[in-house]
Amino acid sequence: MKFVDAYRDPDRVRAAAAALRRSVTRPWTLMEICGGQTHAILEHGLDELMGEDVTLLHGPGCPVCVTPLGVLDTAMALALLPDVILCSFGDMLRVPGSNGDLLLARARGADVRVVYAPLDAVRLAEREPDRQIVFLAVGFETTAPAVALAARTAQQRALKNFSLLVSHVRVPPALEAILSDPGCAVQAVLAAGHVCTVMGIREYEPLSARYRVPIVPTGFEPLDLVEGAALAVAQLESGRARVEIQYDRAVRPEGNAAARALIEQVFEVVDCEWRGIGVLPQSGLGLRASYHELDARRRFAPAVVPSARGSDACQAGAVLRGALRPDRCPAFGVRCTPEHPLGAPMVSSEGACAAYWRYRSLELGAP
Amino acid sequence: MCLAVPGRLTAIVIEGGLRMGTVDFGGVRRSVCLEGVPEARVDDWLLVHVGFALRVLDPASASLAGQVLAGRLEEEGGTA
Repeated sequence: MKFVDAYRDPDRVRAAAAALRRSVTRPWTLMEICGGQTHAILEHGLDELMGEDVTLLHGPGCPVCVTPLGVLDTAMALALLPDVILCSFGDMLRVPGSNGDLLLARARGADVRVVYAPLDAVRLAEREPDRQIVFLAVGFETTAPAVALAARTAQQRALKNFSLLVSHVRVPPALEAILSDPGCAVQAVLAAGHVCTVMGIREYEPLSARYRVPIVPTGFEPLDLVEGAALAVAQLESGRARVEIQYDRAVRPEGNAAARALIEQVFEVVDCEWRGIGVLPQSGLGLRASYHELDARRRFAPAVVPSARGSDACQAGAVLRGALRPDRCPAFGVRCTPEHPLGAPMVSSEGACAAYWRYRSLELGAP
Repeated sequence: MCLAVPGRLTAIVIEGGLRMGTVDFGGVRRSVCLEGVPEARVDDWLLVHVGFALRVLDPASASLAGQVLAGRLEEEGGTA
């Protein structure tokens, strides 16, 4: 497919990786932010192709993984209300809450539906005027414009049976939390390409300067990732640290003005809890006061469940900060498998644990 | 979940006050919201995420695969 195939060409990927290996004079540690990038790296063996001197740590960019327990438990409670249809992206259905997942709620009779687009949930509300449609909205800045558009459309169409359970997060505060940790091993960052398609690179420039780390907004195909790593390593080797776009077919420095305006219109920046990590200041998006009528937490206040403590055996927080490689977790493949997950990173299609399970479990000797 | 897929815009319609389009993803056609790409025209390639077009892709950059790396590293005096 156009815009895809060329970036998967094995010869080009191998040539770029060889060039990267030749350019390295000492070991470097990079972190890719997005779970989609993590999966591509493991699927194509890019970590091995880049050579021993380039270590890739896997970052927190899995929105499903960082969605707090309280949000999942609230979604479960809302789904079980008699007149509610709970909609979300397919990824959310298998994420374990305190008492099972949304698939279990469905098995208990809840009406839980997967939608492809947030706007589909608005259309469902129009078709089902006697039901309450709750959209469980999770995601990073990439997803926020589509959710904002759905909220704006529902408000313009005066739909009284549509609401949003919002758990939206922002990358830069999470990245700052990682980089500001005194024990941080990350020397350069491959930033999430599609987040930067929407937001641009301005928020990353102060982070790059303050922590003296190259930040390279990078795409998702094998060639993108090798090239992103090569650009980051070239900066490290020459002692520079700035924001440099690898994914230039999709990222402009200013981002997408129309999409950002939509986010700005509907959302405001709020403090936000990240599952396994804790509350990070200014790290989330919440509905503005002018959209509070669409807030499922207000509409169904008695059903809202506060966040409980997660499983002690699950070390998702350390995995999400890049401090623990999934296959080095004592529970990996033993007490924690995709069939019986202890935490979200084992079941999300962007979870780092799921990536190691899918692409490395044979060589790791996991059962 | 931040994955986005390139597809070609084949038609533009106004639907319930929203600018929408039909996008062809290698043979699979879907309705996509164009409110984030007011500049999009039929035959443009769009980057689409959860039914929402995030940007019009730059066709010129598609041919740069593999050349960007070599070009930039030379420019900056890298050893590649």
